[in-house]
Amino acid sequence: MFKHFVSLQWKSFFRSSNFGKSLALKLLMGFLAVYLMLSFASLGIGLYFILKKAFPDSEPMLIVSGYLLYWVLIELFFRYFMQKLPVMDIKPLLLYPIKKSKIAHYILIKSGLSGYNFLSLFIAVPFSIVLMVQGYPVINVLSWLFAIVCIILTINYTNFIINKSDKVLLFLGALILALYGLEYFNIFSVKEYAGQLFYSLYQNPILVLIPLLLVIGTYYVNFNFLRKKLYLDASLKKKAVKVETSDLTWTKRFGDIAPFLQLDLKLIWRNKRTKMQVFISLAMILYGLFFYSMDTYGDTSTIYLFVGIFMTGIFLSNFGQFIPAWDSEYYGMMMSQNIPLRKYLESKAGLISVSIVVMFLLSIPYVYFGWKALAINFACALYNLGVNVPVILFFGSFNKKRIDLTKSAIGNMQGTSATQFLVLLPLMVVPSVLYFVLKTFVSFEVAIVTLSVMGIIGFAFRNTLLNKVTEAYRKRKYTMLAGFKEQNS
Amino acid sequence: MITTQHLTKKYGSQMVLNIEHLEIPKGQSFGLVGNNGAGKTTYFSLLLDLIQPTTGHIVNNEVQVNTSEDWKPFTSSFIDESFLIGYLTPEEYFYFIGELRGRNKADVDALLANFEDFFHGEILGQRKYLRDLSKGNQKKAGIVASFIGNPQVIILDEPFANLDPTTQIRLKAIIKDLAAKKEITVLVSSHDLMHVTEVCERIVVLNKGEVVRDIQTSAETLRELESFFAGTQVSNEEE
Repeated sequence: MFKHFVSLQWKSFFRSSNFGKSLALKLLMGFLAVYLMLSFASLGIGLYFILKKAFPDSEPMLIVSGYLLYWVLIELFFRYFMQKLPVMDIKPLLLYPIKKSKIAHYILIKSGLSGYNFLSLFIAVPFSIVLMVQGYPVINVLSWLFAIVCIILTINYTNFIINKSDKVLLFLGALILALYGLEYFNIFSVKEYAGQLFYSLYQNPILVLIPLLLVIGTYYVNFNFLRKKLYLDASLKKKAVKVETSDLTWTKRFGDIAPFLQLDLKLIWRNKRTKMQVFISLAMILYGLFFYSMDTYGDTSTIYLFVGIFMTGIFLSNFGQFIPAWDSEYYGMMMSQNIPLRKYLESKAGLISVSIVVMFLLSIPYVYFGWKALAINFACALYNLGVNVPVILFFGSFNKKRIDLTKSAIGNMQGTSATQFLVLLPLMVVPSVLYFVLKTFVSFEVAIVTLSVMGIIGFAFRNTLLNKVTEAYRKRKYTMLAGFKEQNS
Repeated sequence: MITTQHLTKKYGSQMVLNIEHLEIPKGQSFGLVGNNGAGKTTYFSLLLDLIQPTTGHIVNNEVQVNTSEDWKPFTSSFIDESFLIGYLTPEEYFYFIGELRGRNKADVDALLANFEDFFHGEILGQRKYLRDLSKGNQKKAGIVASFIGNPQVIILDEPFANLDPTTQIRLKAIIKDLAAKKEITVLVSSHDLMHVTEVCERIVVLNKGEVVRDIQTSAETLRELESFFAGTQVSNEEE
């Protein structure tokens, strides 16, 4: 029976219409995955030597153990977003003569083999091998490794138990911060106590039974829950979201584009993936701190321009690159309704422009790092407003991949194609190169003024540019319609 | 009202639609029947300029649909659930469509009041998004949305499918009512011969993309259609 399940899984992967379609994207993702694995593995190999060198007096194993509790909590925190129990796939299986307990086992074991579980192992396994080579007792190291595997699986299954509650997530977040705070202000050394706990797993191989029991326990809880809830109206049902209506009459003052603006605001606020993008955009305002807090760049480095374009234009690129695919589910209606395409695009441009202004306002505190930081961000905002808004809308006319709004937000590559990578070129690279050349050969001021003026010119010609963009959309209407109809692409 | 000339649609070498000439006068209630793959939805999609014709064209009220967009203000349609915006409530959707067609909230509310029976209390005031409604209720919302804004041409693809019996009967009354006024051209496609013969004055049968029957509905029509489809089924089996 299990063989059948596995073959089903195999087929669903290789026969998905996605497969082989965008080979370039697959290669890129594959490359990233390999890169991630290699960096984790090399960290695993190097960890022992790094620790030995940095803390010659301490036992590396003890230091590692000290951080394990944080690892467990942080991984739980992130998994909450990343991983959901794949219950929907088994809906068709319910009708066949397969025991429910078997289906429940299938889902749970499948989730145990999920990629997330292997990620940490890419550090733990090389680390253990190095330890054994360094003459640590083989039995202890192996049992420690086994304990780690058990802990990973426990995290896996615990995640499904807490997945139902946002409160637990908040609690986890608070706990991590609280523990770190205690540590930081030297009130209570979490690392020391928790470290002893995890270190004893290494010292006494027999204690491995504890994590093993934890895995079995959490597995069993999940199993019981699932078996009882394998009904269409219980766990298999998608949750109907409660309606939150808001009065958006204030949009009326924007005139003709008001209905589209309202629609876009609802689109963003009522769908997970778009909502997530708003939060990511707001958080990205901190991105600049990485660079500004380092002294190595000087105060007019090109990297700051890139950062400025990125920060003020994060929503522009995140949201804008998928226009009009956000509306792909009902694009046929949009195209046969009494809709002037131009107004539709104007509304999107307006929304993105507002986001740029907001992001610029949020970036004003960077003036702390000198007036030049402010000048750079201001020029970037202008450039984004005038040049990048029409550019991203124009590239949108090449979108023909459907986006299913109800799908989850994290790691969702739906709607992504080569266009999304190509568009980064004019969006970020062109202004950076321009800035670099002007700054190096003329002066910082001229570079900033040039970019700002380009933005202002673009803004002045916005109407003409939008007309051109509208024309591009009209031309590609049928291709878009056909593309958006394709499911799972 | 709607004139189709030399219209063909090919995918690769496969001809999916081939209509030499078809004239639908103003105010007619027009039924399109045919088996799966006969070209009903293809024809409607061409009429709404959602796909491009290989040759020929359709003229809707003196507007050639694939060259001008001026047919949009007086044409409305409901083809399938992809015409709904899933993250809106039915009310918001109606108002949105209303706004596109120059109707304010009060106008839309007045229109909706006529359909209270049809909605059967399952659409309005439910505090649910359209994506969370059942298929049948989604369909009800989509059909009524196509009545907003005084359209002169209404196109409904398979409006009876997925509806419960009571709603089917009510929908038939609504379409008959529209047809009786002789001002609105209603185009309906269906698999259900009984429903179309009941509501349509004229029925065109499509088979493999071609018009094979063009009947003014009479007492005989249902039997005629039934014998036709019984026949094609046999010939399909022989193939």
